[in-house]
Amino acid sequence: MNLLLTILVEGLGYASYLFIVSLGLTVIFGVLKILNVAHGAFYAWGAYLCAFLIGEFSTMGVSDLGTMVAIPIAALIVGLILGSAIERTIIKNLYGRDEVLIVLATFGLFLVLEDVILLVFGVDPYFAYQPTYAMPGVQIGGIHQDGYKLSMIVVSLVIGLISWAVLNRTHWGKLVTAIIYDSELAVAMGINVPRVFYTVFVAGAVLGALGGAYIAPTISVAPGFGVEVIVLSFAVVVIGGLGSIPGAAIGALLVGMLRAYAVLQWPEIELFVVYAVMAAVLIFRPEGLFAPAKARKI
Amino acid sequence: MTNRTMIGAIGVSVAAALAAAAPALAKDAVSIAVPAFLSGPAAGPFGVPARNGAEMVIDAINAGKLPAPYDSKGFAGATVNVEFVDESGGNTKQVAEYRNLIQKRNVDAVIGYISSGSCAALAPVVEELKTLTVFAVCGTPRVFEDGERQYIFRTMSHATADNVAAAHYIKDMFPAVKSYTGINQNYAWGQDSWRDFELSMKVLMPDAAQSDKVQFPKIFAGQYGSEISALSLDAAELVHSSFWDGDLEGFIFQATPRGLFKQKKVILTVGGTAAYRLGKKMPDGVILGARGPYGILVRDRKTALNEWFIKTYFDRYGTYPSGPAYQYAQAVLATKIAYDKAAAAAGGFPTQDQVIASFKGMEFESFSTTVKLALAGGHQAITENVYGITKWNADDAEPGVTDVKFYPAECVMPPDGVNSVDWITKGMPGAKC
Repeated sequence: MNLLLTILVEGLGYASYLFIVSLGLTVIFGVLKILNVAHGAFYAWGAYLCAFLIGEFSTMGVSDLGTMVAIPIAALIVGLILGSAIERTIIKNLYGRDEVLIVLATFGLFLVLEDVILLVFGVDPYFAYQPTYAMPGVQIGGIHQDGYKLSMIVVSLVIGLISWAVLNRTHWGKLVTAIIYDSELAVAMGINVPRVFYTVFVAGAVLGALGGAYIAPTISVAPGFGVEVIVLSFAVVVIGGLGSIPGAAIGALLVGMLRAYAVLQWPEIELFVVYAVMAAVLIFRPEGLFAPAKARKI
Repeated sequence: MTNRTMIGAIGVSVAAALAAAAPALAKDAVSIAVPAFLSGPAAGPFGVPARNGAEMVIDAINAGKLPAPYDSKGFAGATVNVEFVDESGGNTKQVAEYRNLIQKRNVDAVIGYISSGSCAALAPVVEELKTLTVFAVCGTPRVFEDGERQYIFRTMSHATADNVAAAHYIKDMFPAVKSYTGINQNYAWGQDSWRDFELSMKVLMPDAAQSDKVQFPKIFAGQYGSEISALSLDAAELVHSSFWDGDLEGFIFQATPRGLFKQKKVILTVGGTAAYRLGKKMPDGVILGARGPYGILVRDRKTALNEWFIKTYFDRYGTYPSGPAYQYAQAVLATKIAYDKAAAAAGGFPTQDQVIASFKGMEFESFSTTVKLALAGGHQAITENVYGITKWNADDAEPGVTDVKFYPAECVMPPDGVNSVDWITKGMPGAKC
């Protein structure tokens, strides 16, 4: 029983972190049809800025728990400023272009943004442990779980619900859905598609940065760590289906749970299990488990 | 052949023979390259202190300000010009960069390298390009066990010493330990480290049981929640880890709030690099190594060289030197001694062959310990090894260690010509502890 509970908690913890990052990636692809390799850079920028702000707030005398306010601030700054600037200068020129060109362009962008991190923040890792240490933990399944990880599960659940509600219960969500199904028809119906594209890209960038900002207090924030997450996020969205929000959630859960099971019961296969699932999904359902249905044009 | 070409050929032959036989003419400068991780997750804990240690000692050498007996200027009187090179980017890049340094930039020697992956990839290339190369930190025993090397020296012990000493320390300090597990990075360094520790425990504490859930996460994985849960659920009392770089610090940040360091005895063979950086966030009670007698573990060693090293480093960089600072400084110092010895024997500035000849089998006092190039035909150094237990020093508000125990080099490293795995498996014959 303890083992099952631990797998559940660890799986949910890992899945929640992956879901926040993958959500931005899949939303951007679903609406803009841009496979944004630079998403890992938003994650890294979010983490760096958050770690920096937590350090600053701590120096200013903010309580350890209070420094958590740096997390949304960092995500918003990165998403709104960096995301906006990139969409306006680079991404908007890629709409409708060949997929290979888009991947190459965003990969180049990713490398540039990673190097700019070195220029701005230097090579020395940042520590922002204050929120992790301040949040009380609980005993689950016979072992001590830190409260910070549990809070991440709650945050990702809230983000998932908000995303679902925005897309399914608001006028703006209906506009986005219309563009997902047919952007040409959406233009013909008078929807300001470039504006929706811009907004979705910035929202995706905020989510990517939020993933990095939330994880920052648990790691040594060091150059190059955005690469790892982008690879895992791609695995998640490929499993779930590119462009699908429920797919990102299920993909993240599947990866999180399987990885937790492997680490706890069969450590030898831990490195292999995520990509084995991805390969199996690609063999039997190449479009992913929850890829949105495509309207057939006649 | 015409008379003119024959005279030319004779001239070239004579010049080549003279160049080989006699010391080179006096040289104003020696050009060296010092690779270290200057970016990426290993930069902060390893690359930057390594670079600082090398830079500080090179400056002191050029100014003739190292403590006696090393207070002569330069390498054999020649000013040392240094170029720092980033080691990050993977083995293929390192090989290309090394070729570039030797073939295009014409450096006289290369001193450095932190990653075992770099050293393993470069070893055959060094032999091909025939340029003096001194490995400063990398730990894999395979560098010399996989082939004979003429141009490579390593000026500190390899990973076997760290893990044999770790097992000795557990046996000496915690003889009641009945079971152990591990978390190590899934590549050459982590696998070799665990293998040596596991084999040593089987020899030294045969009654202690090994867990069947040993963890090998990917290097730079960053997230260790599940692994920490697995270690917590494991009945093993002791956790061994050779984590280094940002992975080590991330693991400590994630494991501390979950009480792992209170629940288990944890031995970190490279933990010394995190002690000064984490300060009070380094948990008390962790068994700490520094890959030899370096950093926080020799903070109280009162020798002129060590006191000079600590004071000069602190004054210049505002922090105490950790292991990589010592280890790079040691490699630079070894090269200076080899050049100076070779020059004294040759009566002038030495050739590379003469430097290599004087390097082989050398024994010298380094900043914190005695270094003997005793293995691999005089190319692989052995030094004592040391472990201690972390304890925050509240009086001075700085990290400290207690229960420090040193193990002689001949206790933790195999004899010359013996493969380290074979040596441990056979019960470490000839070990002098």
